[in-house]
Amino acid sequence: MTSPLDVPETATQAQPEAVLAGAGRAIEGRSLGQIAWLRLRRDRVALAGGVVIVVLILAAIAAPLLTRITGGSPTDFHQDLVDPTFSKPKGEGTFAGFSWEHPLGVEPRSGRDVFSRILYGAQISLLIGFLATLVSVAIGTLMGIVAGYFGGWVDTLISRLMDAFLAFPLLLFALALAGVIPDRAFGLSGNTLRIAVLVFIIGFFNWPYIGRIIRGQTLSLREREFVDAARSLGARGRWVMFKEMLPNLAAPILVYSTLMIPANILFEAALSFLGVGIRPPTPSWGKMLADAVPFYSVAPMYLVVPGLAIFVTVMAFNLLGDGLRDALDPRAR
Amino acid sequence: MAGFVIRRALGAVLLLVVTSMVTFAIFFVVPRLAGQTVDQLAAQYVGKDPSQAEIEATKVKLGLDQPITVQYGRFVKGIVAGREYSFGPSTEYCPPPCFGYSFKTQRPVWPDLVDRMEVTASLAFGASVLWLLAGVSIGVLSALRKGSFFDRAAMITALAGVSLPIFFTGLLSLALFLPTGVSYVSITDDPLAWAKNLLLPWITLAFLYAALYARLTRAGMLETMGEDYIRTARAKGLPERIVVTRHALRATLTPILTVFGLDIGLLLGGAVLTESTFSLPGIGRYAIDAINNNDLPQVLGVTMLAAFFIVVANLIVDLLYAVADPRVRLS
Repeated sequence: MTSPLDVPETATQAQPEAVLAGAGRAIEGRSLGQIAWLRLRRDRVALAGGVVIVVLILAAIAAPLLTRITGGSPTDFHQDLVDPTFSKPKGEGTFAGFSWEHPLGVEPRSGRDVFSRILYGAQISLLIGFLATLVSVAIGTLMGIVAGYFGGWVDTLISRLMDAFLAFPLLLFALALAGVIPDRAFGLSGNTLRIAVLVFIIGFFNWPYIGRIIRGQTLSLREREFVDAARSLGARGRWVMFKEMLPNLAAPILVYSTLMIPANILFEAALSFLGVGIRPPTPSWGKMLADAVPFYSVAPMYLVVPGLAIFVTVMAFNLLGDGLRDALDPRAR
Repeated sequence: MAGFVIRRALGAVLLLVVTSMVTFAIFFVVPRLAGQTVDQLAAQYVGKDPSQAEIEATKVKLGLDQPITVQYGRFVKGIVAGREYSFGPSTEYCPPPCFGYSFKTQRPVWPDLVDRMEVTASLAFGASVLWLLAGVSIGVLSALRKGSFFDRAAMITALAGVSLPIFFTGLLSLALFLPTGVSYVSITDDPLAWAKNLLLPWITLAFLYAALYARLTRAGMLETMGEDYIRTARAKGLPERIVVTRHALRATLTPILTVFGLDIGLLLGGAVLTESTFSLPGIGRYAIDAINNNDLPQVLGVTMLAAFFIVVANLIVDLLYAVADPRVRLS
C-alpha cells in the first residue's frame, strides 16, 4: 500500500478525486472476515446472543469461585430447609426456599443448592455441547471434502453412508448405546467415562448433517479457478483439499458449528432427562428437569429454573448462529 | 418407472438389514469390547444372586451360548419366516414378524408393539395436522410481510420454539393446565375423551414442529418470491393472490412436504420424549422401558420398527418426488 498522502484535515471533503488518487482508507480492501464482522456488529440480536454465551462460559469456568461466594456446594444436603412431610422447600409461595445463601432456592427432598447445581450443570452442558460438535465437525468436514473432491465411487459410498446414518432412529440408538456401556470401560470410569461416551455418541451420530453441507460446498469449490491453478502448479489431492479448499470452507463450518452446539446441548439434556446421561451426584440440567417431575405442583420453580437455563443457552447460540449465517453468507439476505 | 421403484425398494431393504446389524452390534459387540462377559449379560435375566448353573441354563434358553452370527441368523429368520420356541416340554410357534420373547417378562414382543402403535399414531397424526396448518401459514404470512411487526414477532417466537426442549414445555404445560396428568383413552372407546386427553400433548408437540416449519416455509417462500418466474407471472398481470398460491406456494411446499414425510416417519417410530413427558403408553415409552431393563428382544424389536417407519417414509417421499417433480431423473 502507498503511504497516506499528507493532506490537511479539511481536504477530506473533496471526495471523488481523493478516492481515485488512492487517498484515505476508503479504498482499502476488506477481507471476508472484516465484512462479516462489520455486518455482525450491526446485528444487535446476534451480538446479545454472543454476550450471553460469553457470560455463560465465564460463569461455568468460575463456578467453584462463584459458589464459594454464595456459600453453596452443589452436593451438600440441607435437609433442614426442606419440609419433611411434603419434601418441598420450606416457606410459602412460588419462591419458597429462595434466600441469599441459595439464590435460586433448594432442591425438593435433598435440599441441595439449585444455583450451584445450575452453574456446575452449565459446565457439563457446554463441555459436551462443544466437544460433541468438534467430533461431528471433524468427521463431517473430512468426509464432506473427500466425497466432494474425489467424486465418483468415493462420493457415492460416503453419500450412501450419510443417507444410512440419517435413516437410523438416532435417539433410540443413542439411548441404547449410552445404556449398554458399563460403569467402567476403555480404561475410564465414573463421569469421565460418561462424558466421553456422550460426546462420542452425540458427535458420531450427527456428522452427516455437516458432512452434506461441506460436500455440497466442496463440489462448487472444485470448479473454481484457484483450484485449477493449484493443480496446474502440481498440487496433489491432499494439498488442494486441506490448504486450498479448507480455508474457503471456514465460513460454513463456523456457521453450522454454532448452530450444532445448541442442538447438541438439547440432545445431552434429553439423554440426561431420560436417565442415560451424566450420573448423579454430578449435576446436569436434563437430570434436574427429570428430578423435578414428581414435584411440579408443589415446587414449580425447581422445574422452571433448569428449563430456563437450557432455553437461554440454546436460544443464545441459535441467535448468534443465525446472525453469523446472515453475516457470512451473502446469498442468505 | 418400475425399475426406479424396484431399485429404491431394494435400497430400503438393504438399509433395514444394516440397521438390524448395527442394533445387534450395539448389544452384542459393544458391551464385549467394553469388557462385559456373556455370563454377566445372562446373569441379568436370572434374578438375584444367580448360581453358575442357572446362568448356564439361561444362556442356553435365550440362545446366548451360540456364536453371534447364529444368533443374528435366528433373529432375521424369525422376522421373515417366524420361528419355534421351546419352553420346557411344549413348543410355541411365533408367527412372522417374530421379534421373539422378552428376556425379562417372557411376553412376545410384536403383539405388545402393535398394541402401543395406536397411541403413537394418534399423537403423531393429531399433532402433525396442527403444526402443518400453523407452521406453513405463519411462514407464508411472515415471508409476505418481511420485516413487519408480525414477521419479527413470529420469527422470535419460532426461534424460542426450537430452543425450548419439549420435555420442559410439556412439563410446564402439565403443571399449568393439567396437574393431574394425561391418561390415554382409546379412540374406539370414546373419541371425545381421546381428543380431550391428547389435546395438550398435541399442542406441545405441534409448537416445536410449527416453529421449525414456520422458519423453513419463510425461508423457502422468500427464495421462491425472488425467482424470475414470479416476476413473469406478475408481469403478465396475474392477481397477487394467484401468484402467491399457485406459483410461489406450490414450489415452496414441495421441499416442506419432503421434510414432513420424514418427520412423520420418525415420530411413528416413537415420540420418545413427548411420550415419556406425558406418560403416554406408546412405542417411545416402550423403547425407554426396554432400554432401561436392558431387554434385548424388546429393544431390537422397537428399533427395527422405528427404522422401518423411517425407511418407508423415505421411500414414499422419494417416489412422490419423482412423480411430482419432472426434474428428478429416474435413471
